[in-house]
Amino acid sequence: MSFENLSMTDVAVGLALAMVGLALFLTFVRLVWGPTLPDRVVALDLMGVLAVGMIAAYAVAMDQPVLLDPATVLALVGFLGTVAFARYLERRGRDE
Amino acid sequence: MSERVSAALLIVGASFMLLASLGMLRLPDLFMRLQAATKASTLGVACLLLGAAFHFQDLAVTTRAVLVIAFFVLTAPVGAHMIARAAYAVGVPLWEGTITDELYERRRAAKQPAPDGPAEGPVPPPEAGDTPGHGRRCRC
Repeated sequence: MSFENLSMTDVAVGLALAMVGLALFLTFVRLVWGPTLPDRVVALDLMGVLAVGMIAAYAVAMDQPVLLDPATVLALVGFLGTVAFARYLERRGRDE
Repeated sequence: MSERVSAALLIVGASFMLLASLGMLRLPDLFMRLQAATKASTLGVACLLLGAAFHFQDLAVTTRAVLVIAFFVLTAPVGAHMIARAAYAVGVPLWEGTITDELYERRRAAKQPAPDGPAEGPVPPPEAGDTPGHGRRCRC
C-alpha cells in the first residue's frame, strides 16, 4: 500500500474515523464503569450520537450517500431509547 | 475548495466528538457529564454531517444532513433534561464540590409548614430528593 496518491479527503476521513472510534471506546469505558444506572443511560445515549457521526464519516470514506439513511434512522431510534430509559428510571424510583 | 471545507469540517466534528467522550470519562458527576455529552456531541455530529454534505454536493444528501442536524438540535436538550430530572428524582449524588443546589432549596421551601401552627399528622418519610446534593445515596 502506497501513501503517495492519498487525497486530502482520504486523510481527513481516516483521521475522523480514528478519532470517533477512540471516542466510542472512551464512552464504552464509562458505560461499563457506571457507577449508577443513569450514568450508563447517558453513556449509551452518547454512543448513539457517536455512531451517527461515524456513519456519516464512513459514508464519505466509501463515497456512498445511501449510508446516510441508516444515520437518520439511528438518530430517531436513539432519541426514543433515551426517552424510554428516562421514563423507566423515574417510574422505578417512584414505585420503590 | 469544497474538498478543503469538507475535510476541515470532518476533522473539527471528530475533535468535538472526542472532546465529548473525554468529558464523559473525566467529569466528576452525572450532571456535568450530561452537559458534555449533549452539547459537544451535538456540535460534533452537526459538523460531521455538514462535512458529508459538502463532500457529496447533492441536494438529496444535503437535505438529509440538515434534517438530521435539526432533529438533533431539537431532541438533544429534551433527552438530556429528561435524564437529568429522572436522575435527580432517583437520588444520584452531586459532586462534593458543588456549592449550590437550587432545586433542593426550592423543594424544602415548598414543604415548610404553615406559619399559624405546627403541621398535623405524621411526618412524611424522607424522599430521595430531600437530602441536599452530595449527601444523597442513589436508589438505583
